Amino acid sequence: MKRNNKDVESAHRKLTRRAILLGGLQLAFAGGLAMRMRYLQVDQADQFRLLAEENRINIRLIPPARGQIYDRNGMVLAQNAQSYRITIVPEDAGDVDEVIDSLSQLMPLDPEDIERAKAEMRRSPPFLPITLADQISWDDISKVAVNAPALPGITPEVGLTRVYPQLEDFAHVVGYVGPVSDYDLSKLTDPEPVLRIPRFQIGKVGFEAKVESGLRGKAGAKRVEVNATGRVMRELDRREGEAGADMQLTVDAELQSYTQARMGSESASTVVMDCETGDIHAITSSPSFDPNLFVRGISVADYRMLTDDKYRPLANKSVQGTYPPGSTFKMITALAALEEGLVGPEETVWCPGHMEVSGRRFHCWKRAGHGHVDLNTSLKSSCDVYYYDLAIKVGMDKISAMAQRFGLGVRHDLPMSAVARGLAPNRAWKSETYGQDWLVGDTVNASIGQGYMLASPLQLAVMTARLASGRALEPRLLKSIDGIEQPSTGGAEIDVSAANLNTIRKGMFSVSNERRGTGYGSRIIADGMRMAGKSGTSQVRNITAAERAAGVIRNEDLPWERRDHALFVAYAPYDNPKYAVSVVVEHGGGGSKAAAPIARDVLLQALYGGTPPLDAYPTKDRDRIKTQQERLEQERLKRKRPNDSSQA
Amino acid sequence: MSYLANNAQSVPTGFRKILYLNWPLTLLLISVACVGFLMLYSVAGGSFSPWAELQMERFVLGLVVMLVVAMTPIWFWRNVSALAYLGAFALLIGVEFFGEENMGAQRWIDLGFMRLQPSELMKITMVMLLAAFYDWLPPEKTSRPQWVIFPVVLILLPTFLVLQQPDLGTSILLMAAGGAVMFLAGVHWGYFAAVIGSVVGLIFSVFQSRGTDWQLLKDYQFRRIDTFLDPSQDPLGAGYHITQSKIALGSGGWSGRGFMQGTQSQLNFLPEKHTDFIFTTLAEEFGFIGGFTLLFIYMLIIIFCVVSALATKDRFSSLVTLGIAITFFLFFAVNMSMVMGLAPVVGVPLPMVSYGGSVMLVLMGAFGLVQSANIHRPR
Repeated sequence: MKRNNKDVESAHRKLTRRAILLGGLQLAFAGGLAMRMRYLQVDQADQFRLLAEENRINIRLIPPARGQIYDRNGMVLAQNAQSYRITIVPEDAGDVDEVIDSLSQLMPLDPEDIERAKAEMRRSPPFLPITLADQISWDDISKVAVNAPALPGITPEVGLTRVYPQLEDFAHVVGYVGPVSDYDLSKLTDPEPVLRIPRFQIGKVGFEAKVESGLRGKAGAKRVEVNATGRVMRELDRREGEAGADMQLTVDAELQSYTQARMGSESASTVVMDCETGDIHAITSSPSFDPNLFVRGISVADYRMLTDDKYRPLANKSVQGTYPPGSTFKMITALAALEEGLVGPEETVWCPGHMEVSGRRFHCWKRAGHGHVDLNTSLKSSCDVYYYDLAIKVGMDKISAMAQRFGLGVRHDLPMSAVARGLAPNRAWKSETYGQDWLVGDTVNASIGQGYMLASPLQLAVMTARLASGRALEPRLLKSIDGIEQPSTGGAEIDVSAANLNTIRKGMFSVSNERRGTGYGSRIIADGMRMAGKSGTSQVRNITAAERAAGVIRNEDLPWERRDHALFVAYAPYDNPKYAVSVVVEHGGGGSKAAAPIARDVLLQALYGGTPPLDAYPTKDRDRIKTQQERLEQERLKRKRPNDSSQA
Repeated sequence: MSYLANNAQSVPTGFRKILYLNWPLTLLLISVACVGFLMLYSVAGGSFSPWAELQMERFVLGLVVMLVVAMTPIWFWRNVSALAYLGAFALLIGVEFFGEENMGAQRWIDLGFMRLQPSELMKITMVMLLAAFYDWLPPEKTSRPQWVIFPVVLILLPTFLVLQQPDLGTSILLMAAGGAVMFLAGVHWGYFAAVIGSVVGLIFSVFQSRGTDWQLLKDYQFRRIDTFLDPSQDPLGAGYHITQSKIALGSGGWSGRGFMQGTQSQLNFLPEKHTDFIFTTLAEEFGFIGGFTLLFIYMLIIIFCVVSALATKDRFSSLVTLGIAITFFLFFAVNMSMVMGLAPVVGVPLPMVSYGGSVMLVLMGAFGLVQSANIHRPR
C-alpha cells in the first residue's frame, strides 16, 4: 500500500500533539499524587503518627499488691501468698485434647474447668494463655514442671492470692476477700478499671471490706506493643502501682486465739477492751469458720454446712448480735438513781421475792426473796426487786440517757461488717415505734436489762470499760496504717460523780470477791489482779403462770434454743483497771456458771500476757484449771498445724 | 514492504544493537526493581524469603526476556501482534475453565514453573494489536465509524472476560490503555467526549436517583460507595484496609520511620503488604522523600518512553511505546491513588515493586518492545 507522504506527516504531527497532551495530563496527575502524599505525610503527619501509636500500643494494668494485716504485735493476720495455676496456650499445644488428656494423668482436673477453658479457647486468639486449673498444690505444680517437655503449651504460672494464716480466729474480724462479682460492680457508679482484671480480689466481709480502699492500693500499668491480631510483641515501659497500705489491728492474736479456744463449741462471743485506750484486744465470735475457704470459692456443701448450723458460725455475734443485757444492766439503773439523788447506797428495799406493779406481779429470780437489800447487796446477789423499786422512782428516760452515756444503744464506729446499734429505749422511742405509751411495767422490765433493752457484746465491753475508767472510751480496732499510729477517739471524763461511780465499782467487786456474790465462784485471788464483775442471765421466753405453778423448769431441762443467755461483764485489776471484758454465751443458762469462768480466764490471760500462774486461781479450782489449760494448749497447737504447713 | 525495506538499511545489526539499547531507561527499571527487593525484604521482617529472593530471580529472568525482545526487530513484533493477541485471548478463555482460584477470583494458569496471569499478558498484546491496526489503517480513515467499532471490540472483548474473573482493576486498566492508544492514533475528539460525557451523566444520575422511586443501585451498593468516599464510617470493616494504609503513609512523615521500623507494616496492621499495599510500607519507612523519589523515577520512565516514541517516524513503534508507557502509568497511578485513599481498592499492583511474577515478566517484555523500537529506529 502506497501512502500519501502528506497524510503520514499530518498523522505524525497529530500523534506528537496528542502524545504531548497525554504526557502533560500524566505529569499533572503525578503532581496531584505528590500533593496528596505531601498532605498525608507532611501536613497530617502528627495526627497519623498518633493513630499509628494507638494501633500498636496497648495499656495493660498491673494489679497492686494488697496491703497486709497484722495484729498489735506484728503477727500476720492476712497476707498475699503465691498461688499456682496452670495455663495452656492452644497455639503451642497443637492437639489441645491430647495435651489435656496427658495432663489429667498427672494431676486431677475438674471436668467443669476443662469445659469452661475450651469454651474460652474458641472465643479468644490462639496465642492467649487460658487457665486450666487454679489454686493448685505445690506437688501438682512440680509434677507438671518436671513433665513440661511432654506437655507442649502448658505453663505453670504464679499469681498472688490472699491467705489467712490465723484460720478461724480472725474470720469475723478480718473477714475475707473474693473475686469481684457482677453484683459488686453494679453497686459502683464508676468502678476502677483494676476491678475488671480477671480474678482480682476485693474485700467481701469484715475489715477487708470496710477498709477496702486503703488495702487495695493503686494499679500500675505497662505499655506493650501489640500486632494487628493483638499478640504482645514486647513491653515498652511500665509504671509500678502502689501497693495497698499495711494495716495493724489493736487485737492481740495470742489472746484472740486463746479466747476463741476457751469458748469452745459454745455459741458465744467475748470482747476484751483496754480500759486506758479503748483498744480492742480480742473480739471473738464462736463458732467460727476458715475464711480461706471463701477465698478459693467455697463448695456448695461446705457453705450449706455453715448456713444450716443452728449456732450460726457465719454471724459475727460480737458486734452484730444483740441480746437483752439482763442483770449486767443493773449498774446503769443504779447509777441513774444515785445521780438523781433519789437513793443513797445505804438505803434498803424489802425483797419478798416479787413486786406488784399496776396489778401485775414481777418476780425476783430468787423466789424466796432477799429480805432487806441495800445497793451493794443488790449487785452482789443481783436482787431484781431492788431495781424495780429504783426504776419506778427514777423513770425510764433517765435510765435510758445514762445507758447511752455508757455506750449502750449507740453505734460504735468499728471497721467491721454490720455493727449493731442495740437499743436503750425511752418513752419517745416507744411511741414513735409502736405508737403506744410507755408503761411502768416496761420500766420495770428494762431496769434489769430485759424487755426492750438490747446490747451487743461490744457495747457491754464498752459499758464496762467506761464504768471502770470513768471516761467515755471509744473502741478502737485499727492501730496503725503503714506504721502511722491512728488516734484513739473519746476518752473524756464522763460527767458523773466519782463517789457514785465508786459505789457501783464496789458493788461489782463484791460480786466477784465476796462470799454469796454471784461471781464468787470465778474469782481471781492474785493480789493486785482482783476483778470486779457482774453476771447476767437474760430470758428468751416468757415464763407462764402454769409453768410457775408447776415449779420453774431448770435450764438444763429445756431445749437449747429456749434456754437463757448467759452474760458476764468484768474488769481487772480492780484498783487499777487495765482490761474490761464482756462474755455472752447464747442459751448458756446462768451467767455466773456459763459466762463468768470464761471472763475470768480471758482476763487472767490478758493480764499475764500468756498462760497465768495457777496460784491466781482459788485453791480448789487449780487442778481443774490445770487440766483445762493443757487441753486448750493442745487444741490450739492442733489448729495451728495445718496453717504452718501451708506457709512452708 | 518497500517502506520498511528502505529503512532497514540504517538500522544497527548484530551485537552493535546492545549499544543502541536505551541505557537510562534500563537503569531506571533496575533501580525500581531494587526498591521492590528492599521493601519485600523489609515486609518479610528482614528476610529474603519468602518474597525478595523469588522476586530477584524473576527480575533476572525479566531482564533476559527484555533483552531477547529488544534484539528482535520491531517489525517482527508488529507482524505477530495479531497472533499474540489471539494467544493471550485464548489463555484468558482458558482461565475461565482451568484457572486456579485465589482470593475468590480466577486469575491464574499454572504453567508448572510459574503461575501465569493471562490478563497481564492481555494488556500488552492488546496495545500491540491496536498499534499494528493503526499502523495498517490509512490515517484518513481513522475516525470513520466502521473503523472505530473494530478497535473498540478488540478492547471490550478481553475487558469483558477479565471482568468475569472478577478483576475490576485490570478491566479498568485495559479500557483506559486501549482508549489512550485510540486517542493517540487520532480518533476524533467527539467519540471521547461522547463516552466521557455519558459516563459522567450515568454517575450523576445514579447519585441523583438515590432515595427516589427509580433508584438505580441497591442500598447496599450505595453504602459501599459511601464507605469508599469516607472509610472512617466503617473503620473495622470495609474501610479497615484504606484507613490502616493512610495511617501508615501519614505516620511516615517527612523522612520516614527508618528501614524496617514501620510499625504499621512490621506489626501486620497493613493488608496485602507485600503486594498491592507495598507502597505504604515504603512511604512509612522512608517517608515523603522515599515515596516521592519512587514517583519521580516512575515519571522519568514515562518521559524517556515518550521522548523515544516521538523520535521515531515508525507509527507502530510510536504507538506501542506510548501505549506501554500509558499502561505502566496507569499501574502505578491507580495503585498509588488506591493506597492514598483517592480511588477504590480495586487490586492493582505497584509495577516492578509489588511481589508478583506475571506482572514483572510481562512488563519487562513490554519494555523489551520499547527497547526494540528504539534500537530498530530508522536513523
